[in-house]
Order: sequence, then C-alpha cells, then structure tokens
Amino acid sequence: MTSHELRADSLSLGYDGRRVVENLDAVIPDGRVTVIVGPNACGKSTLLRAFARLMRPEAGIVTLDGTDVHRYPSKQLATVLGLLPQQPIAPDGITVADLVGRGRFPRQGLFRQWTAEDSEAVAEALRSTDTVDLADRRIDELSGGQRQRVWIAMALAQQTDILLLDEPTTFLDVTHQIEVLDLLHELNRERGTTVVMVLHDLNLAARYADHLVVMSAGKIVAEGAPADVISVDTVGAAFGLEAVIIDDPISHSPMVVPMGRFHHGL
Amino acid sequence: MTVPERYQPLLDDLARVAVARRAGRIRSLVVAVVMAAALVGLAVLALMLGDRVVAPGDVLTTLFGGGSGGDRFVIFGLRVPRLLLGLMVGAAFGLAGAVFQSLLGNPLASPDIIGITQGASAAAVGSILLLGWSGLAVSFAAFGGAVLVAGLITVLAARHGVVGSRFVLIGIALAFLAQAAINFMLTRSDVRDAQSALVWLVGSLGTVTSEELTSTAVGLVVLAVALAVVSPRLRMLQLGDEAATGLGVRVTPARLVITLIAVGLAAVATAAAGPVVFVAFVSAPIARRLLGGTGPALVVSALVGALVVTGSDLIAQHAVSGLQVPVGIVTGIVGAPVLLILLARSNRSRGTA
Repeated sequence: MTSHELRADSLSLGYDGRRVVENLDAVIPDGRVTVIVGPNACGKSTLLRAFARLMRPEAGIVTLDGTDVHRYPSKQLATVLGLLPQQPIAPDGITVADLVGRGRFPRQGLFRQWTAEDSEAVAEALRSTDTVDLADRRIDELSGGQRQRVWIAMALAQQTDILLLDEPTTFLDVTHQIEVLDLLHELNRERGTTVVMVLHDLNLAARYADHLVVMSAGKIVAEGAPADVISVDTVGAAFGLEAVIIDDPISHSPMVVPMGRFHHGL
Repeated sequence: MTVPERYQPLLDDLARVAVARRAGRIRSLVVAVVMAAALVGLAVLALMLGDRVVAPGDVLTTLFGGGSGGDRFVIFGLRVPRLLLGLMVGAAFGLAGAVFQSLLGNPLASPDIIGITQGASAAAVGSILLLGWSGLAVSFAAFGGAVLVAGLITVLAARHGVVGSRFVLIGIALAFLAQAAINFMLTRSDVRDAQSALVWLVGSLGTVTSEELTSTAVGLVVLAVALAVVSPRLRMLQLGDEAATGLGVRVTPARLVITLIAVGLAAVATAAAGPVVFVAFVSAPIARRLLGGTGPALVVSALVGALVVTGSDLIAQHAVSGLQVPVGIVTGIVGAPVLLILLARSNRSRGTA
C-alpha cells in the first residue's frame, strides 16, 4: 500500500452557475475511513463527485499526490482511485463474474487482455465480499444487499489504494447497511485502503468514521474524530436540529438522539 | 498491495470465476459459429437460386475456379456482388444498432428510429434529385446527412446532460423532419427520377456496381476495426457515465468517437442499399437473446444483421415467382413481428422474475 495525498484547495463547485460548494479546503487522511455528512443539498455528494473527477471545479483544484485529478491520465488514475457511484447501471442479464471483471479495465490495454492476475484479483474481490457463490448468477436475480456487495467487489477488483463511495447504504435495510459498512471497515483495517464515503445516517457515520467531515451550505462546519466533532452545537449548526448526544452502548462513539417537537415524556 | 491471508482466493474460487467467465464465452462462441454456419448455408442458397438454378455442387466448383462459363457469369457477375453487398449492409446495420442501443442504454435508440438513417437518406436523395450526383458522391452525401442528424440530436439533447430517452425522442422528431424533406423532394422532382429514388428509399440490393462494393467494403472494414479498438470502453460506458469515469474512461471523447463510428456504419450501409428498415433495430436484441444478454454483443449482432438482410433478400427475390420486391419491404414485414415477439417475451420473463 503506497501512501497518497488526496486534497481539495479553495474548491468551488456548482451546477449551471449555482454555487453548491464555496471555497473549500479539505485533506483526506491517508489510510483512514473518512465519512462526509450533512443535511440535504449541503454539497456533500457534490464534494465527493469532485474528488472522483466527475465534475470540474468552478474555482480551485482537487489534487492526488500533487497532480490535478483532471490532468492525471484517466486510466492511470483509476488504478489509484476507485469509485462506487450512487446509482451505477447493471446492464440487463450481466453476471456477477462479468461485472466484477470489468473492474480490471484500468489495468488492461489494447494488447494486454485478460490474464491470470485478473482472474486472481476477481476471485479475491469476490472472497473479500463473500460473493464467490454468486459468481455465475445474474445481477438482476440478487437482493439489494448482495447487489451492493457485488458492486463493491467490482471496485475492489480495481485494486485501488483509495475508494470513494457515494451513499453506499441508500436503498438498503438496516441489516444490509451494517453488513456493507462492516465490509468497508474491514477493508480499511486489513488492507489499509483509504475509504471516503458520503453517508446519510449520522449515528452510523459516527460509528464507522475515523475522520468525520460535517458540511452545511457548501462549507465544512467541523471535521475530526467523531467524538470531537459531534456535539449539540455542531448538530444544531449543521442540521438545525435540537438533539441530545449520548454514548453509543456498542461502539462508544457519540450517538445523536433528536429532540423533535413531541415525545418529551417525563 | 498486501492482501490478508483469509482474502487470498482459494483454488476453488479461481475455478469458480473461470467457470463463470467461460460459460459466457463458450455460449458466444457456439452462437457465433452456428450463425456463421447458417450464413454460409444461406449464401450457397443465394448463389444457387435465380432464373438459372445452379446445383450446390456446381456453386462450390465455380467458386473455387471451375464451372461452366454460364455458371461463372451468373454467380460472379450477378449473384456474388448482390450477396456480398447484403452481407456487408446487414453487418453494418447490425453493428450500428448494437452500438447505439448499448451506448444510450435504450432498445429504441437504433439509427433507423432516431433519424440517423433518415438523415442519410434525405441527404442522398437530395444529392441524387437536386444535384444529379451518383456513385461515391452519394455515399459521402449520406454520411454527411447522418453526421448532421447525429450532431443535431447531440446538441439539442446535451443541454441537460445526455439522457437516453431524451436523445431518442429528439431523434424521432428529427426522423420525421428528414422524412418530410425526402417527401418534399420526391413530390417536386421528375416522375422517373422520383421512381428510381423511391426504389433506393425502400432499400434495395439490386443495383450494385463494383465501385460501390469496394467503397462499402473499405468503409465497413475501417469502421469495424475502429470499433474493435473502442469496444472495451463501450462495455464500461454500459455501467453509466460515473462508473465508467471511475474505471478510467474519459467519457465525453469516448462517447463522441463511438457515436461517430456508429453513425459511420449506418451511413455506409444506407449509402449502399438505402434505409433497409428494422435491421439495425432488431439485430442486437436478437443477438442478446441468443447470448443470454450481456455486453454489447457486437460480433453476433453483425452476424444476425447479415443473416436478416441475406435471408430477407432471398425471400424478396424468390418468394413470389416473377415478382421481385426490394429487400426493405421484406425486412419490414419480417422485422415488425420479431419486434412484437421480443417485447411480449421480455415482458413475460420480467413478470415471472
């Protein structure tokens, strides 16, 4: 595992002239799990998309190891930086082995087709995500949780040191959410893969993040270890939510319990 | 990269991956071989049939340099050029349809639906009727018309990001526009000119010169090689633009190049034989059904296209004795029910899934 520096400097992002992220600086800690949270439309997915070179900055720059991600040769970048978009498309009837095998594209060339190394990478990705038994199944036959593990396997077959994921737990029930997050945690702890993801659920974010980035209205309002970042004030400032912070009895990470207007039973 | 021991794939895992990958490849190979064999059979039949029926044995003898003078004349002079043109036009339409449908992720996005073929036709008809062009010049006009329509759709659709369905709807509108232009030119032109343009417009393999044959072959080979080079990128684009970017595909240039190749293929075929309807539309869905549905299925789509055109031309020439119809009429009659069957089948399988 080589070390990398993925960072954003004075980054401004927008769609059709509407600013979504304004003059933002961020450094992704190498070899850690970074989770970006924030209310809807705060620019968290937009920021992740900029890190993944899916959008060009209106101002500022995203660099990997000092090189602008948009100037990096695209295929070469894809051997370092992997991406799981929020809604990737599985072509009709595609099998798990075929889909995961496509993760090998960045390492193939015009005259370097499929090799034993590619087979090994695919087998390893399937084993890591516990999907070996699904290898010959069609994607459209799988459950939501299985499908998400297969997409992660495709990203793993890419064998990148950094993995970006845009809301990898959306559309999953709570069991599968935990399953996917555990898998990413394991990836990080056992291989040192740098994981950067956007999550909706604050409590899961606090539990799984080494480095938590809280965004609001296109700016970072707080970042650091979840225990240092999550506070009544931060939650109030970012989400406009009154809440009580307690200790997560399982992970001992901070846990946000929203107040709401009702249910204040004594 | 260091991999923890328990992630090291077991021999059994490697075997499973190999089996799963091989299953698809063996099926493609079997389908391709069967299609190729069927194509050879049809080709022999096409060379046999006609006013002067040549026995299968004599067809082969003639092809390999023997045979009587009469056989040589009907086979090399009349039937081989027509057969070759049918094969090439079918393959080109099959490829163009497969590429467009994969690229836009929409089975309706075939060049004969979204106006590419109509654009080529309008330009070709215009060049024949208004400018008096012929031969290769008409082919270039057809290519120009196809590129113009593709460019227009892209510009009109891209304002809010290229979405498959938007692209298709704009294409359908332009198809009507091109059709209106064709009809206008036909009604304004001399009856005899209009008659010959009409035969071309329904798609015909009957009038082929060796010059046209060569230009079609060169165009097809160049475009097919280019397509082979970019086809891995097309497979990645099937996963969506974002996933493709993550895998290292530069989406915008890749889409542009692939679109141009597909437009070129549709234009080459249209220029050679007119807009033989439905071939581009049905070839890839048939190929995908045969393959169990993965990937853009380029090779098999080309084979299916060639089979459809060659088979339809046989029917067009020989089904009713004494009445030869343009091949495009048969592909229309054969293609529409195939499409309906495909739709019915896919609905049913989705319903039970």
